[in-house]
Amino acid sequence: MPEKFDVVVVGAGPSGLAAAYKLAEAGLKVIVIERGEFPGAKNVMGGIIYKKPTEAVFPEIFKEAPVERPIIEQRYYFLTDTAKIGFSYRNPRYKEDISGYSVFRAKFDRFLAKKVQEKGALLITETVVEDLIVKDGKVKGVVAGRKEGEVLADVVVLAEGAHSLLAQKYGYQKPIPPQNLAVAVKEVIGLPAAVIEDRFNIEPGEGVAIELFGKATAGMVGTAFIYTNQNSLSIGVGALMSDLIKRRIGPNDLIEAFKNHPAIKPLLRDGEVKEYLAHLIPEGGYKGIPKLYGDGIVIVGDAGMLVNSIHREGSNLAITSGALAAKAIIRAASQGDFSANTLKVYEDYLKESFVMKDLEKYKNAKDFLEQNHDLMTAYPDMMDEAFFELFMVDGVPKRDKFKAIKEKALSKRSFWQMVKDVYGLWKGLIR
Amino acid sequence: MNLMDKLYLNRFVPDNESHLKIKDPKICKEKCDAKYCTYICPAGVYSWDKESERIMIAYEGCVECGTCKYGCLFNNIEWRYPRGGFGVSYKFG
Repeated sequence: MPEKFDVVVVGAGPSGLAAAYKLAEAGLKVIVIERGEFPGAKNVMGGIIYKKPTEAVFPEIFKEAPVERPIIEQRYYFLTDTAKIGFSYRNPRYKEDISGYSVFRAKFDRFLAKKVQEKGALLITETVVEDLIVKDGKVKGVVAGRKEGEVLADVVVLAEGAHSLLAQKYGYQKPIPPQNLAVAVKEVIGLPAAVIEDRFNIEPGEGVAIELFGKATAGMVGTAFIYTNQNSLSIGVGALMSDLIKRRIGPNDLIEAFKNHPAIKPLLRDGEVKEYLAHLIPEGGYKGIPKLYGDGIVIVGDAGMLVNSIHREGSNLAITSGALAAKAIIRAASQGDFSANTLKVYEDYLKESFVMKDLEKYKNAKDFLEQNHDLMTAYPDMMDEAFFELFMVDGVPKRDKFKAIKEKALSKRSFWQMVKDVYGLWKGLIR
Repeated sequence: MNLMDKLYLNRFVPDNESHLKIKDPKICKEKCDAKYCTYICPAGVYSWDKESERIMIAYEGCVECGTCKYGCLFNNIEWRYPRGGFGVSYKFG
């Protein structure tokens, strides 16, 4: 006879672990099945974990959690072929009232999993969940890739990540098209702490997050990033898979070009590459969200497309969705009914939370950016030319300079096109 | 730094059988001019062998991102997870 649990959690990433933590805390019999050597071994993100949404599920976790640096400064850079145009916000108040830390998932997830085990959940690693057990349309458990691998449960929490193989196999998610996925590549680059602090203008115990656009992704829809860790930088580039296919650019070539940009190269000087990573990011947004519940099943985190790419947020949506799924399961358990009808409340909880509210807000953002590909390069290029002229002191009267800048800009993009762009940006991103 | 040197930094526990398979090599040969997998894979797992006119798969260096599965516009790659405990094992993540 296969063993029966109250809940099987597929995957020990932030969403699965959050669900398991809450379920075990409520006294349910929980098993978490992870395919990696240890939780975190297969997990990749840029590298910022957000304190408040994480603590809402795992109280006081940051008293011990393995973090790198709290982020006190956020920089945004637009790159052209040679120039960098930037904006930054820095406030050491973020050290007292912390928003996010740079972290390494292999360390952080492993730590989180220990906390989940302490709550009483069973964790099995090095085990792939190969299939669901479905009877009469109801999910009854999972088939794990080992001898006598059947595990029964009242509910399966599908936290399988961006691959979402099982979610697609059972029709919760449709086949994902390349425009709904980004390919992200990342390198961890070792540098002494003192060098990082000098180079990024920070004190010990402070960190910087930089997001880059424009030529940072060779003009494709996507972003690049540089985050400071204690003794290393996490740098990466992510771009829509459909763009990579169209442009026939390899992700490794993309990150190499980024590393060699004249504005980036000095930041990485003498750094030693420690690890090379790649991962998919679900970019379907609000419109790409699969059916998140069924009879005996809920889908959380990346597998549920719960990623807010405009704000580079994912782990916080994952953790929150996991906790809300647990809340729905605990309620279902009290009623002894694990049907889709009862588990549907999970979706209602998501809609009441920032998760769905934020995704709904940006539901048109990706379409807008995809349809206006040139925006992310046209304006930085325009500004590049304007600033270059403006800051070149050469005896030309300023009135003539401004006139030339204006004429040049209008020769590249009509006034009405610019009005349309601003309206589109406002509608897609700000409203 | 070239891609192979980067991959050499990662820890891999290679299985003796590939978790990646081409479903129908004929499609690669006859229908797919672009050979998407040969450039879209971040780890350069796929290469076109002119002599045998087949895609070669260096699965040992696969970082399991799944890009090839979704990037093959002919849906011609059978993508499974490596068996439990095998494959890439990140130190940092």
